[in-house]
Amino acid sequence: MALSSDTLFLLGVAVVKVVVVLLVLLTAIAYIVWLERKLVAHIQSRWGPYRVGPYGLMQPMADGLKFLFKEDIVPLEVDRFVYWLAPFLSFTLAMLTFAVIPFGGSFKLFGHEIYLQIADLNVGLLYIFAVTSLGVYSIALAGWSSNSKYPLFGGLRSSAQMISYELSLGLAVVGTLMISGSLSLRDIVNSQTGTWHLAGTNTFLPHWNIFVQPVGFIVYFIAAIAETNRIPFDLPEGETELVGGYHTEYSSFKFAMFFMAEYANMVTVSCIATLLFFGGWHGPVFGPAWLHVLLPVFWFALKVFCFLFFYIWTRGTLPRFRYDQLMAFGWKFLLPVALLNILATSFVVAWIGT
Amino acid sequence: MPEATYLDANELVINMGPQHPATHGVLRVKLRLDGERVLGTECIIGYLHRGVEKIAENRTYVQFAPYVDRMDYVAAVTNGMGYCEAVEKLMGVELPPRAQYTRMILAELQRIASHLLWLGTHALDIGAMTPVFYTFREREEILKIFENYCGARLTTHAFRIGGLQYDLYDGFEKDATKFCDYLLPKIDEYEELLSTNRIWMNRTKKVGVLSGKDAIALGVTGPVLRGSGVKWDIRKVQPYEAYDKVEFEIPTGQNGDTYDRYIVRIQEMRQSVRIIRQSVERLAPGPIFGKVGKVIKPPAAEVYHSIEAPKGELGYFVVSDGSTHPYRVRVRPPSFVNLEALDIMSRGHLVADIVAIIGTLDIVLGEVDR
Repeated sequence: MALSSDTLFLLGVAVVKVVVVLLVLLTAIAYIVWLERKLVAHIQSRWGPYRVGPYGLMQPMADGLKFLFKEDIVPLEVDRFVYWLAPFLSFTLAMLTFAVIPFGGSFKLFGHEIYLQIADLNVGLLYIFAVTSLGVYSIALAGWSSNSKYPLFGGLRSSAQMISYELSLGLAVVGTLMISGSLSLRDIVNSQTGTWHLAGTNTFLPHWNIFVQPVGFIVYFIAAIAETNRIPFDLPEGETELVGGYHTEYSSFKFAMFFMAEYANMVTVSCIATLLFFGGWHGPVFGPAWLHVLLPVFWFALKVFCFLFFYIWTRGTLPRFRYDQLMAFGWKFLLPVALLNILATSFVVAWIGT
Repeated sequence: MPEATYLDANELVINMGPQHPATHGVLRVKLRLDGERVLGTECIIGYLHRGVEKIAENRTYVQFAPYVDRMDYVAAVTNGMGYCEAVEKLMGVELPPRAQYTRMILAELQRIASHLLWLGTHALDIGAMTPVFYTFREREEILKIFENYCGARLTTHAFRIGGLQYDLYDGFEKDATKFCDYLLPKIDEYEELLSTNRIWMNRTKKVGVLSGKDAIALGVTGPVLRGSGVKWDIRKVQPYEAYDKVEFEIPTGQNGDTYDRYIVRIQEMRQSVRIIRQSVERLAPGPIFGKVGKVIKPPAAEVYHSIEAPKGELGYFVVSDGSTHPYRVRVRPPSFVNLEALDIMSRGHLVADIVAIIGTLDIVLGEVDR
């Protein structure tokens, strides 16, 4: 059976979208590393990278090349297959989540409506949680297969940590789901169009979920930092305790994959925070038609950037939690708060309707 | 039948160091762990042993002086001061006031520099990566003063037996006062960043508790002892140089935990600033050398002299046989003795606390191993 030209066209569009998203994402990850180094440097009254290109802008390329050319050391006693698998798993899963993240509205091309999103799953959010929770395997496997004590510690810590905080992370967003009544990320964003009307008057506050779900957002954001293993929750790799944590025994590009996965996860959680609580790509739109397509993408990127900035800022400021304190905080504080938030939201939703 | 050997599944032995980012050099600690909980520690030292004490026997008194700078290399000035004073005590030399006050100013600057370095690395160990850059920025100013004074920044060899090699440079007083004015707001800044930080308090309060009784029994000195609430400072109880002529207080803690030791050191920096200010005021023109001959040849005798180094009591035991070479030199380094407290402080804590406790002891391996 020959494929119709329509199908071929849509297939082509999908491939183009995948390639573009992948390229943009990999570049973004490289430049988030640059941004982090620059920002943290300025927080610490240093200059940061400035030798490679203007403002050190070529530094990510130099770093990438360095990783490529480094000798790939595989310790003798490792479980070879799993040792290889872990970094690939980590990186692949981090990339997979972007399949369902919408980063803009839609536009018409040759009579077809093209959405700025690779795939609009009707269970997009569930898909993201499913994929990110698989990420714990890569870390646990890396820690286990290295056959060394420090990585084992890192792997154990991080499995426990990610499983604990995954709960709060998942429960924190339930409130927004109840309000929008959908699991599709595009629908959730579209439910946040316009402004809030209070008792019939326009408040000019954007119709974002953050204004009705502040508790949910705070719980989500704290859990997200823990989920991505960033300071103050970076115990799995806490370098002053566990040397390098789960990736102590990794070198060369296998290490780079863990590294990129961490930053990709940072982008993922920032994207989800933007989509669920800050109205996604919604923002002031004006000008000609092409600007109507590009401006939303810009607003989306700007919001994500703000979150990333906050992440880096936190890293420059706070010390690290201790393992037991981290667990206590997750189970005894975040989880109950997230549950109470669900309870309160469900009562309100039942009372005034969606 | 031979007894079956079995593996105790509850106990994990993990080797921390000698190459580890948080052991402040080449300290090796064998940890026995139950999960994350520490059952016991064993320090294995000697990776930086250079035989400093033995070298002394083959050098003249003057030749040996630069070697002591390499023991506690982050506080070289006080190390050199202790040695010079010990030999001076052996010879019965009295220093002119200008030399005494100069030594005090430089020693207190060194104390601040050492505490700044400690604060930065301690915070870094606990995961706060920013303070280390701030404290190094301030430390740099102190090193500049040292460089202007004697040409060296780290291993200064600032003093000579019997006095000073160089008189102070023009504008030294201004530099010292300017630094004091500059430092005080910076200390407030560190406190703002850490003292009331919830995570910092969680990580340091009730961690590594050392009771005053234990502290005395173990012989720990310096801020570690004072953090446990024992008011003991060689500068007060056995004043040397002109410490009895300046006013300052001895900050002490109450609980003997890591947080108290942190507060004690922060307060000590403020007290050092007080001492520097008073000493600068009393600097009067005059000689900088006591009455010593061209050849240092102390009478046959033995002497123990200790000073309050930034890390605790730094003692020199010098035995002279009447020649130009010391018969025996024995150093009592504060870091070595303080390190003994690691085991008692860390039992029952978690792995992450070990790092905090090693940090709070403020050890320098150059001094532990000598």
